[in-house]
Amino acid sequence: MRQSIILRISLTLVILLLALAYLLPSIPAVQESPLGKTLPEAKINLGLDLMGGIYLALDVDVDKAIENSLSQMGQDIRQTAREDGLHTTRPGSDKDRLVFSLPDGSKREAFEKLLAEKFPELGYDAVAQPDGGIRYSARFKDEAKLRRENMALDMALKTIRNRIDQFGVAEPDIRKQEAQRRIIIQLPGLKDTERAIRVIGQTAHLEFHIQRNLSSMEAERASRGLLPVGTIKLPLIGRGSGLEDGSIVVERDAVLTGEYIEDAYQNFDQHNRPCVVIKFTRRGAAMFERITGENVNRNLAIVLDGRVYSAPNISEKISQGSANITGSFSIEEANDLALVLRAGSLPAPVTIGEERTVGPSLGQDSINRGINAALIGLCAVVLFIIVYYSFSGVIAATMLLFDIILLLAGMAAFGATLTLPGIAGIVLTIGMAVDANVLIFERIREELRIGSTPEAAVKLGFSRATLTIMDSNLTTIIAAVILYQFGTGPVRGFAVTLTLGIIASMFTAIFVSRAIFDLWIKPQSRKISI
Amino acid sequence: MGLHLIPNNLNINFVGLRKVSYCISIVLILVGLASLAIKGGPSFGIDFAGGTVVQIKFDQQLSDAELKKALADSDLPGLVVQSFGETSQDYLLRLSSNEDVSAQMVRDTVNAAFAQNLPGQTYEIQRLEMVGPKMGADFRTKALEALYLATLLMSVYISGRFEHRWGTALIMAVVLGGSMLGLDAIGVPKGLQIIGVTLVTLAVCWRLKLAFALGAMISILHDLFITVGIFSLLDKEFDLTIIAALLTVVGYSLNDTIIVFDRIRENLRGNRSPLTNIINSSINQTMSRTVLTSLTTLLVVVALLILGGDIIFDFALALFIGILVGTFSSIFVASPILLVFEKTIQTRQIKQEEDAKEAAKRAANRSHDGAQV
Repeated sequence: MRQSIILRISLTLVILLLALAYLLPSIPAVQESPLGKTLPEAKINLGLDLMGGIYLALDVDVDKAIENSLSQMGQDIRQTAREDGLHTTRPGSDKDRLVFSLPDGSKREAFEKLLAEKFPELGYDAVAQPDGGIRYSARFKDEAKLRRENMALDMALKTIRNRIDQFGVAEPDIRKQEAQRRIIIQLPGLKDTERAIRVIGQTAHLEFHIQRNLSSMEAERASRGLLPVGTIKLPLIGRGSGLEDGSIVVERDAVLTGEYIEDAYQNFDQHNRPCVVIKFTRRGAAMFERITGENVNRNLAIVLDGRVYSAPNISEKISQGSANITGSFSIEEANDLALVLRAGSLPAPVTIGEERTVGPSLGQDSINRGINAALIGLCAVVLFIIVYYSFSGVIAATMLLFDIILLLAGMAAFGATLTLPGIAGIVLTIGMAVDANVLIFERIREELRIGSTPEAAVKLGFSRATLTIMDSNLTTIIAAVILYQFGTGPVRGFAVTLTLGIIASMFTAIFVSRAIFDLWIKPQSRKISI
Repeated sequence: MGLHLIPNNLNINFVGLRKVSYCISIVLILVGLASLAIKGGPSFGIDFAGGTVVQIKFDQQLSDAELKKALADSDLPGLVVQSFGETSQDYLLRLSSNEDVSAQMVRDTVNAAFAQNLPGQTYEIQRLEMVGPKMGADFRTKALEALYLATLLMSVYISGRFEHRWGTALIMAVVLGGSMLGLDAIGVPKGLQIIGVTLVTLAVCWRLKLAFALGAMISILHDLFITVGIFSLLDKEFDLTIIAALLTVVGYSLNDTIIVFDRIRENLRGNRSPLTNIINSSINQTMSRTVLTSLTTLLVVVALLILGGDIIFDFALALFIGILVGTFSSIFVASPILLVFEKTIQTRQIKQEEDAKEAAKRAANRSHDGAQV
């Protein structure tokens, strides 16, 4: 018996020391001291709501990415076919379909062989037309579509990571939620939130569209919203000749996208205004050369995120592989835009589904209030329990302090994040942790009342209450696990502290306080202070 | 011996009081439901409804009216200005959800309006939270699912632990989970699904005579309805942290209930007195623990309410109401429901004891036979 008590007490002390080793590094003063260097590096992280920073949930419009790559592929098909001496009509895209015709029906076999070899991702229906041509309606095969959707999401993730790296944020947390097509970004401790959001949130979806030459009648109809087939109307914010309402009508299909940008930097245009110079990749330069060659004397609209920055006239084929974006930028804006384009434009537009920004001062205030509430609550509970249970109450109060140490050490060891609801969880744990002790003590009192000796009462009290403690606490753990599954950052913090608090209180009440009682109550004890 | 809040020989006929307590519960639930009906459902915070909240701290004092006037010309949809704290320096601006309004636009608009209309005033935007309408709808269904899942899992756990019917309970859970997926597939809205599945769960527990699980489920629903109802009466908003508080309340209330159930199970052993007496003595015996734990928990929750600050206040309030209601329900609601199944519980108990006796006898015989050989 004696031996078992010594064993249990030493195990308890080892656990206490271990807990302290994990807990102490979270205190700044200890971290600096020589002691801090010998301790584990685990630390309790502060959540965004406490240390300030940005939380963003971006919805990635993958459908738009599919539409873009389909339209791009349409032009590739036409181009490749032409190199083989096959001529198709200009492909038009309709949401997730690509529609085009092969006027010369006799080339059908050769053309379909080319499609199967060079464009295996596409599935298509072919319908023979009365005029001898073949009409094709093509779309991505299901697995190709899924792969491209995932690729778009991955690319968006990579792009955003690039931009944040270039922006320079310490310890950013960027992850994707594949099923929801969503990207979650957490930037702790960031001060200049406004600029960061502008840089991250900007799609920087760069497209080049050919402007449609409209007759005066068409222009008049377009002003009333009646657009010619295959065109879209976009707002014009820079120089260009558009409609009277400040918009411009362009071909629906983009001829080139920001995918082919190699570099971008801020510079000044010939009027000494800030502009952004973009350099194309080799492939992009070749495409740009072809496009400008095919459209001499038409206007090329440079469209960024659905707005036309400028629509200069193409005077000749451009083969040096670069272009200027002008507009009314400040130098900082031009720099940020260049950064964004350099880091890669997003493969699809993103919308901010959720944004939470907390300044650093608010977090400190929350921490101070939380610590206050915890201390006052702790004092009240300790006082109450000691008055109610006398010396046994002192044991319970000691267990409560032990619980808190274990809870915080557990958080540090698992690298858990402390959030505002998490602080509330700690405070709540202080109130609920005594429950296990109360159950045991009430049981012991009952046994004493029916005349058991203190030793027998303690033994029976513990053994009877143990199962009840297990049963009842498990339900709270079930609730906490579900909460963890469902919740976002702050709520998860609450679930974690609640679970750790319950586990700690079960351990101290059933194991540690039992050992102390066994040490305290001897077989010959006649009285027990409870 | 230390202090006693509850006399040792406490002997209140709790079960006899059940008609009164049922009336109190029903009135509370109806008042809550009426409030919900009049207000057109619970009022959701931005987490669930979508929208924007901006928390601003001004360096100098500023009246509500001045602030409203400064923002009057700005195009902010559904703007509500709300002052908090003691010094009229802290304000919350709430905007309704709108696809076309981004957080950045709100920030720019507010900054522009203050620069123009409140020259000389310095301020800090301490917090800006924007939740899009789609995201809000996602959170709503997820919250409902979480609450239902918690209730279901706990009733499975209770059926297993208290009635040794793990098999039945697990089959029930799998079938219900499967039917949820099925309803999902045919496109039934999540809200309706949850209501439907909850009713089915109750009916199944009734049919299978899972008395303890039924008692626990009804008391959980009781606590949720009353807490949500009172929240609606007080014009409080629901957001993610309130759901966290509700789930905690579910766990806490069940914790209370299980402690009474545990005592009932213990007292049932070898005891042939009427179930009413057993329930009564079990509640009386655990009363002092129930009161003590509720007291310590309420102590810290009150500390949170008073000292925790404005952000945590509603959360603490939900806990406060929920813990009071949860304590009430584990005494007056969960256990008396067992009476409906009085016969089942007692015949099951007798059968179990006989089985145990039979098994013991057989084991004894076997060892006897063994000795002979």
